[in-house]
Amino acid sequence: MFKTVENISAYYANPQRFMRLAGKLHAPVWALALIVLAVGLHMVANVPDDYQQGATVRIMFVHVPAAWMSLFAYSFIFFASVTALIFRHPVGHVAGRAAAPIGAVFTLIALLTGSLWGQPMWGTWWVWDARLTSVLVLFFIYLGYIALWQAIEDYGQAARATAILAIVGSINVPIVKFSVDWWNTLHQPASVSRFARPALHADFLYPLLVMGLGFTLLFFALTLTRMQMEILRQRARARHLANDFEGDE
Amino acid sequence: MGIFLSLCHQHMLLAWRSGHTTLIVTFLFIAVTLMPFGLGPELALLSRLAPGLLWVVLLMSLLLSLDRMFQADYEDGTLEQLGLLPLPMELIVLAKSLGHFIALFVPLLISVPVAGLLLNIEAAVLPALMLTMLAGAPALTLLGAIGAALALSVRRSAMLTVLLVMPLYIPVLVFGATSSTRAIAMSGQIDWPALGILALMSCAALFMAPLAAAAALRVALR
Repeated sequence: MFKTVENISAYYANPQRFMRLAGKLHAPVWALALIVLAVGLHMVANVPDDYQQGATVRIMFVHVPAAWMSLFAYSFIFFASVTALIFRHPVGHVAGRAAAPIGAVFTLIALLTGSLWGQPMWGTWWVWDARLTSVLVLFFIYLGYIALWQAIEDYGQAARATAILAIVGSINVPIVKFSVDWWNTLHQPASVSRFARPALHADFLYPLLVMGLGFTLLFFALTLTRMQMEILRQRARARHLANDFEGDE
Repeated sequence: MGIFLSLCHQHMLLAWRSGHTTLIVTFLFIAVTLMPFGLGPELALLSRLAPGLLWVVLLMSLLLSLDRMFQADYEDGTLEQLGLLPLPMELIVLAKSLGHFIALFVPLLISVPVAGLLLNIEAAVLPALMLTMLAGAPALTLLGAIGAALALSVRRSAMLTVLLVMPLYIPVLVFGATSSTRAIAMSGQIDWPALGILALMSCAALFMAPLAAAAALRVALR
């Protein structure tokens, strides 16, 4: 039926068709996400304590996947915005808007769990380490994106302006990473280097990967739900306006 | 070219005559005056922190000035008229940015050595500090133009613009402030690699930022 990715994408540019697809995908994606997360949590519960870190090592299984998701969600927003701007794909705007708060929360979780983990391990809640700093900046970029969506009243204008911002931000993220690395290595030689970690043992690696998969599925499930809500909200508003218009006559 | 220069000239005159330039420069001095109250009047400490503080204060002054970049022209409809000019929107952005640079950034830059006196800055550091600020200026102005253009259709957009532009300014601040602080350690010598990176960022901003800002202006004008 579909010859290329472009055809598929063009087919689902119609929100009506997208809603039909989303309706079918919704339950399976949620079910899969919850199952994988449950399996992951079970595996994490059975992970042996680390010989250096004790039980606090379990923070890793939330922290690391959340940090992955913070970047993954931003890449998702970037591709949605490019699709929306270049191919005039209305669902792209909806996807970007739906994913942003989820990505921001994952970023916040990564920051908070990192802080909780840092306290027992490094003896401090926060270090101006290059990685921490660039994740914090990423969080501010998310906030800016969300704030711009909220601030501009006209939907079409908000959609295009935020898409431009997402693309500018995605150029900015690697530059921030590069500059902060340079800044940090200049100021603090190995004094606060991350604790010497042996290559991850399989006991830790597999639960981590399962949790990562679970977080990814959770992201898609949440995004899908939010996209459906967004499209329904737009329809409700359109119907409301139409009713108002008829009432005037 | 004539239109370009007259646009730039108009932007400068407006900034100057509306008192915006004076206000922003005053803000820089107020912010610098607050520092010793916050940090204590110990001269050695202030002297050590001065380059970094001046960089941060410069950025904050610039951030505050951004909502004037396109806002007035947008609200009274001038921007729509400018859109009819036989001049691409990208060049309009460049003209406005150049005007903004001359009318606001240059006065701020001139104030920096004077404000530095208040912070007991070492005179030997000043050339390096000013040079890095000058090298970062195009990037700062043009990245600011993106934020100002994006938030254009929002009322009272100053705070939003700050949020949008702040992440874009961080790389410039990192290279600018760090190399100025290093100038103290190297007894005033200029940190050429960092200066080169700043200039590179400015060049990149010169080519890419007008595209983004012009796209954002077109969105706001539809």
